[in-house]
Amino acid sequence: MNVGAFEAFTLVVRRELCLSFRRPDQLLQPLVFFLIVTTLFPLGLSLQLSLLRDMAPGVLWVAALLSSLLSLDSLFKSDADDGTLEQLALCGQGLTVIVAAKTIAHWLVTGAALVLVSPVVGTALGIPGSAFATMMLSLGVGTLTLSWLGAIGAGLTVGLRRGNVLLSLIVLPLAMPLLIFGAGATDRAVSGVSPAGALYFLAALCVFTCTLAPFAATMALRITLE
Amino acid sequence: MNTAVDGLGVENVHVWRGDRHVLKGVSLTLRPRQLLHIRGPNGTGKTTLLRVVCGLLRPELGLVWWLGNSIASVRGEYQAALAYASHEPALKADLTALENLRFAVGLKRRVTADELRASLGRTGVAACADLPARVLSAGQRRRVAMARVLAMSASLWLLDEPFTNLDAAGTELVSGLLHEHVLRGGLALVVAHHDLKLDCDVRRLELNE
Repeated sequence: MNVGAFEAFTLVVRRELCLSFRRPDQLLQPLVFFLIVTTLFPLGLSLQLSLLRDMAPGVLWVAALLSSLLSLDSLFKSDADDGTLEQLALCGQGLTVIVAAKTIAHWLVTGAALVLVSPVVGTALGIPGSAFATMMLSLGVGTLTLSWLGAIGAGLTVGLRRGNVLLSLIVLPLAMPLLIFGAGATDRAVSGVSPAGALYFLAALCVFTCTLAPFAATMALRITLE
Repeated sequence: MNTAVDGLGVENVHVWRGDRHVLKGVSLTLRPRQLLHIRGPNGTGKTTLLRVVCGLLRPELGLVWWLGNSIASVRGEYQAALAYASHEPALKADLTALENLRFAVGLKRRVTADELRASLGRTGVAACADLPARVLSAGQRRRVAMARVLAMSASLWLLDEPFTNLDAAGTELVSGLLHEHVLRGGLALVVAHHDLKLDCDVRRLELNE
């Protein structure tokens, strides 16, 4: 009656989603942050619509990165604080499965949610509808990569009392390529040029982190668990 | 190879915490139908020893054996065979008692809600099954944690202060569960200040400064 790795993975994802929906305030925080930061820009630059349109992809991406970071701090910390992380680490499934499930669940409630509201923000920033597909695709791939990078940082800082600043310092430099290629892809789509090159780079980064980050994050977490 | 092929062996374990030498060459063996009661003043490394035995903490020196193999080499099987209850109840405050059990036990073995309700019933908290853990009292949380240990149906129980916050009936109950577990061929390692008066093979280990 052993539980397979995939079954364990889905169970942990369900656990995380269940916990997120019990805490709607924490669930909505990154989304509201994203919406507010991005609406501040059109208000501040209302007289220069062309300037706003040029800056829009960058603004969108910086806001998405920062709001994803907001909730990364608690990825492992809340479980470490109440002792459930030890129970998860001893469940017989290997910590990598647990880490992967928690990271994917984190992406579902932050990254995927940002992708869903991004057309609203895109409209507010004057991004043309023709670029929405590229914008949403690049945001989806980029935030997934960011969740994986963040899992490594969260694993390293889980033992610290105020680890969120350090977490940002670890993760943001690693996220710079995401910003460059993500905003680049959106920018190209806005100006009507093919965004394929930047999207390929973004996808390559995503594949790279998806394959290696689970193990790195597991190692980081194992060190801090001791 | 270790001599305790049919059980658990800890061999000359040393752990340093910074400059502090917490565990100084602790050895023990535990076979089926045995309970080891670990005692000692505060700060002598009882919890540290339990974490080493779990495999959560790797000792600087020494080894832990399970069925003749080092626990690092049979991690999956070993973890499937153990149930650990730390000194905190390890419950998610936002989940109900039943959900807490489902997400913890469900990772170890396939389990139905009825089975989980039954083990909550055995520790006397069946009425709390659908209440979020945040509204439970400290004693009720401890009982839910004990129900989780029961539901895992593991052969090795590692319990850190299982009697804290329990009333007299609860203490009696946990003693009874330990007794039954050991008689059924289980192994148990218990850290407790409380005296264990059980009618089974109870060994003692005193940890000192």
